Amino acid sequence: MNSQLLIISALLLPIIGIVFIALTHKNINLRETCTLITSVALIYIVYSLLPAVLNGLHPELYLFNITSSLAIHFKVEPLGMLFACIASFLWLINSIYSIGYMRGNKYKHQTRFYIYFALAIASTIGIAFSANLFTLFIFYEFLTLSTYPLVTHKGTDEAKRAGRIYLGILLATSICLFLPAIIWTHQLTGTIEFTRGGVFNGDYQPIIIISLLLMFTYGIGKAAVMPVHRWLPSAMVAPTPVSALLHAVAVVKAGVFSVVKIIIYIFSPTFLSDIIDINVLLYLAGATILIASVIALRSDNLKRRLAYSTISQLSYVILATALLVPISIMGAALHILAHAFGKITLFFAAGSIYTATKKTEVSQLDGIGRCMPWTMTAFAIGSLSMIGIPPTAGFLSKWFILQGALDIQSWFAVTVIVISTLLNAAYFLPIVYVAFFRDSNTKNVCTYNEAPFPIVLAVSITALMTVMLFFFPEVPLQLVKLLIGEGL
Amino acid sequence: MDILSSFNYWIVIILMMIGFYIIIANNNLIKKIIGINIFQTSIFIMFISMGKVIDGTAPILTDSGTLYSSPLPHVLILTAIVVGISTTALGLAIIIRIHTAFGTIEDDKIQQKIK
Amino acid sequence: MISSQLPALQVVLPLVAAPLCILFHNRTFSWLLMVFVSLVSFGISCALFNQVLAENTITYAMGGWVAPWGIEYYIDKLTTYMLLIVNGIAVLVSLGARESVENEISSDRIYLFYTAFLLNLTGLLGVIITGDAFNLFVFIEIASLSSYAIISLGKDKRCLYAAFRYLVYGTIGASFILISIGLLYVVTGTLNIADLSQQLANAENTATITTAFVFFVIGIAIKAAIFPMHLWLPDAYTYSPSIVSTFLAGTTTKVFIYVLIRFIYSLYGYEFSFFHESFDNLLIIIACGAILYGSYRAIKQDSLKRLLAYSSIAQIGYMILGIALITELGLAASLIHIFNHAFIKVGLFLAVTAIIYSYGTDSIERLAGMAKTSPFTFILFLISGLSIIGVPLTSGFISKWYLIKASLEAGYWGLVVIIVFSSVLAIIYIGRVIEAAYFKPEATNTAVLNNKKMPHLLFLSLFIFSFINIYLGIETSLNVDMAFQIAHELINK
Repeated sequence: MNSQLLIISALLLPIIGIVFIALTHKNINLRETCTLITSVALIYIVYSLLPAVLNGLHPELYLFNITSSLAIHFKVEPLGMLFACIASFLWLINSIYSIGYMRGNKYKHQTRFYIYFALAIASTIGIAFSANLFTLFIFYEFLTLSTYPLVTHKGTDEAKRAGRIYLGILLATSICLFLPAIIWTHQLTGTIEFTRGGVFNGDYQPIIIISLLLMFTYGIGKAAVMPVHRWLPSAMVAPTPVSALLHAVAVVKAGVFSVVKIIIYIFSPTFLSDIIDINVLLYLAGATILIASVIALRSDNLKRRLAYSTISQLSYVILATALLVPISIMGAALHILAHAFGKITLFFAAGSIYTATKKTEVSQLDGIGRCMPWTMTAFAIGSLSMIGIPPTAGFLSKWFILQGALDIQSWFAVTVIVISTLLNAAYFLPIVYVAFFRDSNTKNVCTYNEAPFPIVLAVSITALMTVMLFFFPEVPLQLVKLLIGEGL
Repeated sequence: MDILSSFNYWIVIILMMIGFYIIIANNNLIKKIIGINIFQTSIFIMFISMGKVIDGTAPILTDSGTLYSSPLPHVLILTAIVVGISTTALGLAIIIRIHTAFGTIEDDKIQQKIK
Repeated sequence: MISSQLPALQVVLPLVAAPLCILFHNRTFSWLLMVFVSLVSFGISCALFNQVLAENTITYAMGGWVAPWGIEYYIDKLTTYMLLIVNGIAVLVSLGARESVENEISSDRIYLFYTAFLLNLTGLLGVIITGDAFNLFVFIEIASLSSYAIISLGKDKRCLYAAFRYLVYGTIGASFILISIGLLYVVTGTLNIADLSQQLANAENTATITTAFVFFVIGIAIKAAIFPMHLWLPDAYTYSPSIVSTFLAGTTTKVFIYVLIRFIYSLYGYEFSFFHESFDNLLIIIACGAILYGSYRAIKQDSLKRLLAYSSIAQIGYMILGIALITELGLAASLIHIFNHAFIKVGLFLAVTAIIYSYGTDSIERLAGMAKTSPFTFILFLISGLSIIGVPLTSGFISKWYLIKASLEAGYWGLVVIIVFSSVLAIIYIGRVIEAAYFKPEATNTAVLNNKKMPHLLFLSLFIFSFINIYLGIETSLNVDMAFQIAHELINK
């Protein structure tokens, strides 16, 4: 199939799916089938673009001009391809999970849920395939708007408040910082296209470049760099599939993806390392990693602990990119992948625990591993990936990042990585330990079973993938190698 | 330009300020309308007095004179007077309806009723 | 033969139609006449638009009397574009007006309402098209007087007081304009705008000219509700009949800002207005005040109409901001926003009209949970609301993009911050409405959907405007190109 057709289909497919989901809302099994079929079809379409990209091609689709300088323009390059593959694959898994979770917890308004989910995925694909800052910005805003109903799904006061914080922070940062940064870039260079080697030709004052960099980093609130991270823990009030979507599939990934893409294709790492002396971004990312890890350590609510773990892991990606060396950028891209699978496993497990037992706090999890072996094994695998212990995908990405840090002898980065690894271990391993090895009061008698089958299926698949990616990393590695071969 | 020879402008300014003051300071709605009228009258006087040409006669074409005052301001003022009258009429009509609705035409009392 | 008389017909047609409404005393006939006349009027403005694209400017001597002694109509690109917008809004608003008017105005007065509405249209069209300063004053007053009348026809008795205050304010403003015209006449001896601009360039008596300038600007500021002369606007928009708010919000203030632009650029000329006076700094301060004050006040409002009224004050600030930047890009950005905002505001107000028709109230608190019972109305409100915020793919985004670009180009970083901050404020006040509508009601006196079916034509109008808002956000060539051409012409006269 013609690659342009593939790109536009990838964007339109979820929308078509929405129509069918809406039409079949009376028959819930039919409706769920629509979602599943749409997601399988999306995987097929997105992965059809993979061979072309692996061969070094960049399929492009130019839609139309809004003004002479603003155009809707799509181009598939390695990083975007990686992101789109993750998003589409995880949509399928998340949908399977949602079926079990939403039914298991008897949620209302499920049709609305699946519709906005599909819309969010469409926005994510748009972000992944964007060829210029304007297209990225449009789909970025669409993602914010389409995930708002998902965050406030429960409709309670708490959900409303969380929704307000979510929307407020994300829209405020994107309109106050991201948009002016885009316009300023256009003003300075005359273009906002993602280009190999960056768009800044010529001499610019370091202070301008640093300001722009910071405006982009904080303007992209979805990357949750402190202090614009507040929306993430607030959004935990959403149903777990939504949290999984936010943390692993789409929202935060879109955030760091955008930051990395901007650093590579707008600024270009070589330009940045020439111009700026003090790598402010490195220090901000490092601080976020450590502070978030400490807060995670002190959180008893499982989802909250996972939320702050995500904030910390996201800044890993930013830290890696901020090191500005090719190998660490490879690590950054790989970490987007590894964290996606690892975190979604953890969230699925948390949701599974909640569905089966209604427990939400870490202190309540004693002995649960005996009764929910599949769930907790998956949780253990996910934790290992977050910490970075082989044989999980997290080990691969951390390895690359650490290599990069050592290469340029950034002792700050090395220290941060080491300390945070220890902190990760400190807040994940105890959960695994008490789940399996500490007995609760009811000895050896399980008062609850495993969660419903779709949930277990989903969580097992993602845990398996986390391990598989360690053993079969060829395709992702090829993609990231192409990424750095783009001429940084 | 000594003060006396531009006395027409002085009258204009004085009338304008009187009218303006009445609009702002007076409570009664009808008096506000009167204030608007005085304000507008001052503007009319300004226009007309500007149109006067020294030693000119009324701008009616006759055989006796050769120098006429400019007729254009007169025309403009006639139009403006009509506009002024329409405004007054409309204002008074609204005041009648206000009286029916609120029972008073004092500004402060109406504001109290609204709150 | 008709085509050469079109400029006169543009104004004469609604003028003649107005007394016809009184003659026939029938409300359905009045409405049909209104729709018919606005359609024909729109057709005339399309024809004029085509003529201007071909010939660049048209001048029409009223009654055959040649300028500068006779009254002349002067039509250039800006004129025809404004005519198109005002007429287009008139057509669509009058289409959707019928049921809403019958709901809110007592039936024995409806034919009078349409009479005054037609006169208002006449006045606005006349203001846009005329090339004579005194004629401008007359048409301004025709438009204003008829708007005082239609505002006073509302259901809520506070509309009477609002209309009266608007009358007092507006008349003071118009009188200032009259003073200014008088002073200009004293200095130059002519009233024709084109002639005035030439004479002023050679004139000497700068104190009088400056005084005239100041009086005019203040007068127009009162009419166009430029902060801090905006005090009449919130009450007038809130208490008047919904269709009236819709029409006035989309046209009146835009037309008066058009007059301001004409005055600054065509009459006085670019150099005098800005370099003589340090006028631009004052305008920037006023614009920022308008933007921040309007957005801030909008946040706390419970009444939807009042919220939109304060939002209008902020949007007018944007338009002034673009002018105050003095650059060509700034003027173009301002023009783009004038064009876009007319459609956005009418779209928003039409949604509120529909809501008032269906629920009988526009109180946000009482309308909680409305999205469930009127999903489409709410979605269309949301689209226009997103446009006010400036979400990409809507027309509001295009205006903001150009405004920010113009501010960056002129070097005013602070203005960028203000524009962006006010977008955040817009998110808050639109977000409040959306949140209230989307979530379940908590209040005990929630409004109930009454039995009246949503009028089809009203819904159609609403839909068309929301569509326009998105369309202008995607297909921007007409708007943006016109704005840049006009800006270029105005600055380089």
